[in-house]
Amino acid sequence: MKSFTYERARNPAEAAASVLRKPDAKFIAGGTNLLDLMKLEIETPAHLIDVNGLALDKIEPTAEGGLRIGALVRNTDLAADSRVRRDYAVLSRALLAGASGQLRNKATTAGNLLQRTRCPYFYDTNQPCNKRRPGSGCAAIGGFSRQHAVVGGSEACIATHPSDMAVGMRALDATVETVRPDGATRAIPIAEFHHLPGSTPHVETALSPGELITAVTLPKPVGGTHIYRKVRDRASYAFALVSVAAIVQRDGTGRVALGGVAHKPWRIESADSQLPRGAKAVMAELLSGARPTRENAFKLSLAERTLGAVLTEAKG
Amino acid sequence: MKFESPATTNPIDQLKIVGQSVSRIDGPLKTTGTAPYAYERHDVVANQAYGYVVGSAIAKGRIKSIDLGAAKAAPGVLAIVTADNAGKLDKGRLNTAKLLGGPEIQHYHQAIAVVVAETFEQARAAAQLIRVDYAAEQGAFDLASLLDKAKPNPITAGPADTAVGDFAANFAAAPVRLDARYSTPDEAHAMMEPHATIAAWEGDKLTLWTSNQMIAWNKAEMAKILGMRAENVRLDSPFVGGGFGGKLFPRADALLAALGARAAKRPVKVALQRPLMFNNTTHRPATIQRIRIGATRDGKITAIGHESWSGDLPGGKADGAVAQTRLLYAGAHRMTATRLATLDLPEGNAMRAPGEATGMMALEIAVDEMAEKLGMDPIEFRILNDTQVDPEKPERPFSQRQLTECFRTGAERFGWSKRNPQPGRVRDGRWLVGIGAAAAFRNNLLTKSAARVRLDNGGIVTVETDMTDIGTGSYTIIAQTAAEMMGVPLEKVKVRLGDSAFPVSAGSGGQWGGNNSTAGVYAACVKLREAVAQKLGFNSAEAEFADGEVRSGNRRVPLAQAAADGGLSAEDEIEYGDLAKKYQQSTFGAHFVEVGVDAATAEIRVRRMLAVCAAGRILNPKTARSQVIGAMTMGVGAALMEELVVDKRTGFFVNHDLAAYEVPVHADIPHQEMFFLDETDPMSSPMKAKGVAELGICGVAAAVANAVYNATGVRVRDYPITLDKLLEQMPDVG
Ligand SMILES: Cc1cc2nc3c(=O)[nH]c(=O)nc-3n(C[C@H](O)[C@H](O)[C@H](O)COP(=O)(O)OP(=O)(O)OC[C@H]3O[C@@H](n4cnc5c(N)ncnc54)[C@H](O)[C@@H]3O)c2cc1C
Ligand code: SF4
Repeated sequence: MKSFTYERARNPAEAAASVLRKPDAKFIAGGTNLLDLMKLEIETPAHLIDVNGLALDKIEPTAEGGLRIGALVRNTDLAADSRVRRDYAVLSRALLAGASGQLRNKATTAGNLLQRTRCPYFYDTNQPCNKRRPGSGCAAIGGFSRQHAVVGGSEACIATHPSDMAVGMRALDATVETVRPDGATRAIPIAEFHHLPGSTPHVETALSPGELITAVTLPKPVGGTHIYRKVRDRASYAFALVSVAAIVQRDGTGRVALGGVAHKPWRIESADSQLPRGAKAVMAELLSGARPTRENAFKLSLAERTLGAVLTEAKG
Repeated sequence: MKFESPATTNPIDQLKIVGQSVSRIDGPLKTTGTAPYAYERHDVVANQAYGYVVGSAIAKGRIKSIDLGAAKAAPGVLAIVTADNAGKLDKGRLNTAKLLGGPEIQHYHQAIAVVVAETFEQARAAAQLIRVDYAAEQGAFDLASLLDKAKPNPITAGPADTAVGDFAANFAAAPVRLDARYSTPDEAHAMMEPHATIAAWEGDKLTLWTSNQMIAWNKAEMAKILGMRAENVRLDSPFVGGGFGGKLFPRADALLAALGARAAKRPVKVALQRPLMFNNTTHRPATIQRIRIGATRDGKITAIGHESWSGDLPGGKADGAVAQTRLLYAGAHRMTATRLATLDLPEGNAMRAPGEATGMMALEIAVDEMAEKLGMDPIEFRILNDTQVDPEKPERPFSQRQLTECFRTGAERFGWSKRNPQPGRVRDGRWLVGIGAAAAFRNNLLTKSAARVRLDNGGIVTVETDMTDIGTGSYTIIAQTAAEMMGVPLEKVKVRLGDSAFPVSAGSGGQWGGNNSTAGVYAACVKLREAVAQKLGFNSAEAEFADGEVRSGNRRVPLAQAAADGGLSAEDEIEYGDLAKKYQQSTFGAHFVEVGVDAATAEIRVRRMLAVCAAGRILNPKTARSQVIGAMTMGVGAALMEELVVDKRTGFFVNHDLAAYEVPVHADIPHQEMFFLDETDPMSSPMKAKGVAELGICGVAAAVANAVYNATGVRVRDYPITLDKLLEQMPDVG
C-alpha cells in the first residue's frame, strides 16, 4: 500500500473541490473494495476523501412516485427498506444475494456500483492485465476464464462486473445521479453507466474524473413478480456464475437482466419482448453474439435454464 | 515404556474422566481472545519489527538482478534479506523446494526477499518497491500431458508398486468389469491462521515463536537450514490456528523471520500474507487415477487394480492414493502402482489424510459404479467383499475392523433402505434428490512420544510435552489422561504444550497425535505413580489413585503429600514393539450423504450427512466429534468446490486467495450427524485409542459424488463436481 493523505468531506461541494485540487484523489465509502485493492497496490490513490460524512444516507420518495436512494445508503439498509421490499423486491433480493452480512453492513450504494472486477489476474499484480495496466495484455484470455464474460467482451478484456445490486437496478431502469467538481449535476441512466471493455477496459463507467455519485433513483414501481436468482458453486458468499433479475407481469411480459455474463449488468430491451415466448427466445436475442471461452461456454445454457426456472417460478 | 504386548486392564479403563465429553480446557482462552497465537505474542520479546515477504513473479527460471534501492530508502526500513546476503543456507530434509529462492527460482511465489521495517505497513509498502528482473524458463505444469514420463515412486505406506496373484489375467477373465479414470485437483490447506513466526536471537541462540504442528522436526530442520546446533534453536508453538499438514515442515515465515532478525539485529515477526500462501507453501497434489475391478456375477471381487499419477518438483514425493486399495477390499488378484511426474508447480505435500483422501475419492466412486454394474446394493457389495485380514498379506489380521458394522448402523440411522437405486427418480420441488454412501478408512500410525509429569505440594499435576494442539483438543485429552492416571479432578491438571524445551512427542499429523501423545503421558504418569507410591510407602502395584488420594487397604493419604518437601517429577516415553507389524491397525467408518441437485441450474447442495466411525477408544467424544464433522465439511469442499486452478501457460495457482479458492461456508453444511461405535483396540497402545481426525475426511467426497449420481444419473469422475460438469446431461426443463 502506498502512503496517502486523508480527509473527511463535509458536503458534496467540498468533496468535489478537494478532488479538483488533488488529481490522484479517490473517494472512499465503505472501503470494502477500495482498501483491499490499495493493499495490493492495484489502486494507488495519493489522497482519500472520505464521503461517509456527507448526508447521503436517506431513502426518499421522488415526485415521480419512485425512490431516491442516497449514495451512502448501506446495502443492508437498502435491502431491508419496506418500500424496496414491497415495490422493488428484485433489488432487495439481489442485495441479499451479495457478499456477506458484515460486508453489506459497510458496503454503500455508490461503492457497490463502482466495485471492480473479481478477475483473478486483475488481482495478481505479476500478471498482465489491460484493466490494471493498460497495454500489458489480458492473462484471462487463454487462461482461467470460468468466471468470465461470455458476451460483450473484447480482445482486450473479458472480465465481468461482479455486482448483484447493479443487476437488480438495471432491471428496474435506475438512474445514477452525480455532481461534478465544477458543481454541475447530471443523471446517467444505468444502461449507460457501466461501459463495455472495448479497447479501454480500464475505463469502466461514464463518470468523469472526480465525479461524485450522490444518489440512485428508481422510477415508479412497475408491479409484477420480482425474482433474483443467483447461481453459484457455493451456497453463499460467492460471486455469481450467472444471475437472473426478472420482473414478470401476469400476462407474461416483463424484463430480464443478467449478471455474471458481461462487463456490465446485461439487458437488451428487445430481448425483454421475447419473454412471453419463453427462455430460449429471450436468450437467442440477449446472448446473440456471445463469444464464450471453452471454460465458460456452460454459462450460455446455464443462463437459459435459469431463466426457464425463473419464468416457471413467476407463473407460481 | 515399551508397548510390546496387547494392553490389559489399566487405570485408564476406569473411564471416570477419559472417554467423557469434556469441553476443551483451553476453550475460555480461545473465546476470550487470550490464547496466544504466534503473530500476536507481543509480550514474549520487546522491540519487535515487522517482516514482509516478497514472492517470485515467475514459476521457473532465474533472477537476473534485484533492485533494492527504492525499498531500502523507504521510510522505516531496517533491513532487506535476499539469497544474495542471507549467508549460506542449507535445504531442509523435509522440504523439497528452498524456502528462500534466488538466483534460481523453483516455483511461483517462492520467497525471494523479506523486507524488515518498523511497522507492518512500512514493510509492505517497501516490499512493493523492489524491482526484479527475471529470466523465465518454460516449465512443466500439466500433469495430464506427462503421464508417460512419470516414474515409479515409493509412498509413505510402502513401495511404489504391489502385486499379488495375476491381476491382468484375472481382470481380463472377470465376467463383470470396471475400468475407469478419475482425477482430483490440487487443493490448499486454507487453514484459518496463516503461517506466522516471531524470531529473536540472543548471541547464537535462536527462539522462534511460531505456528507449527511438529516441534522436534522443525527444531532440527531450522538448525540444519541455518547451519546451527539444534540445541541453540528453540521453538514455541502453544496454539496453532489449524494446519491440516500445511505446518508440518518449516516454512518461509520461520526462516525469513530468523534471517530478518539477524540482519535487523532485533526481533522480527513475519506472517505469510494470504494471497501468497497458496503458491508459496505446500498443497495436496492433484492426481489422475485409474481403477480396474473385476468380479464374479454374484459380486465377489476377483481382481482389483489401482494406479495413480501425481507430480512434484524434482526430488519431491508422490501422492499415496493407492495405499488404501491395498487394504480395503478382498480379492485374490491385485495390483497397485504409483507414478510421479516432474512438475514446476509449487511443492506438493501432506494434507489431511495424504493419499488416503485422494485415493478414497476415486476408489469409493469406482465401488459404487461396480455395484451398479452388478445390479447390487453398493453397501451389500462392500460388505460382501469385506475382509478381516490384510488382503496382500493374509497372515496379518486387522486388530479391529468394524467396517460392516459401520455400514449397517449407518444405513439404519440414515434410512438407506428408502434409497431409490434408479438414479434421477426422486424429486422434491425444484430439487433432484439422491443419497450416496462411501467407506471411510484410514490407518492408525504408531510413533514414540514422551512427556514429563510433575506433582506439586498443592496437588497440581503439570504435564509438559512438545505435543501441539492444532485445534484438535490435545490440551483436553492430555489433561483427561493425567487426571485419570493420577486420580485427580480435571481442574487439578495443567497442560503445557508446544515448547521444544519439553520432551519430544508424536506431534500433530497423520491422525497419530491423540493416541500416541496420550500414551506418552500415560507412560510418564505410570512412573510418577511409582514415585508417589514409593514416597508415601505404598506398594505401587496395589495403590489406587482416586479423588486426590492414594489408597491401599484402609490406608489413604492425600496425593499432594508426596510432594510436601518439593515437587515430584517423572518423565517417560511410549515406544512400540512389533504389534503394528503383526496386526494391521486401522480406523473405519461409513459416510452417508443426501444431496439436492437443482433441476434447472445443476447447483448441488448437501442436505444431510451422517458418519458412523469405529476408531478404537474415543478419548473425548465431544472433541472427537468436532474432528469428524470438521473433516466431513472439508470432504464436502473437496467434492464440490475446492480446486487450485493451474495456469498451464505460466505455472501457478491462479485462485490464490479465499475469495477465489472456495471452501464450504455454513450455508453449505446444513445438517451433520456422527456416531461412534463402541470399540477398544488393545493393540494400539495402553490408551486403546486410535486416530479419528483424518478418518473423517476419507470417503466423504465419494459419498457426495455417489449421491449426485443417484440424484441425477450423471457420473462425474473429475473433482470438484461443479454444475458445469452436470449441465449438459441434466434432464431438460421447460
Ligand atoms: C469477500 C467479498 C465478497 C463479495 N461478494 C459480493 C457479491 O457476492 N456480490 C456483490 O454484489 N458484491 C460483493 N462484494 C462487493 C461488495 O458489494 C463491494 O465491496 C461493496 O459494495 C463496495 O462498497 P463500498 O462502499 O465499501 O465501496 P468502497 O470500497 O468504499 O469504494 C469502491 C469504489 O467506489 C468509489 N466510490 C465510493 N463512493 C463513491 C461516491 N459516492 N461517488 C463516486 N465514487 C465513489 C471509490 O472511490 C472506489 O473506487 C464482495 C466483497 C468482498 C470483499
Ligand atoms: S479479463 Fe480484464 S481484468 Fe481480467 S486479466 Fe484480462 S484485462 Fe485484466
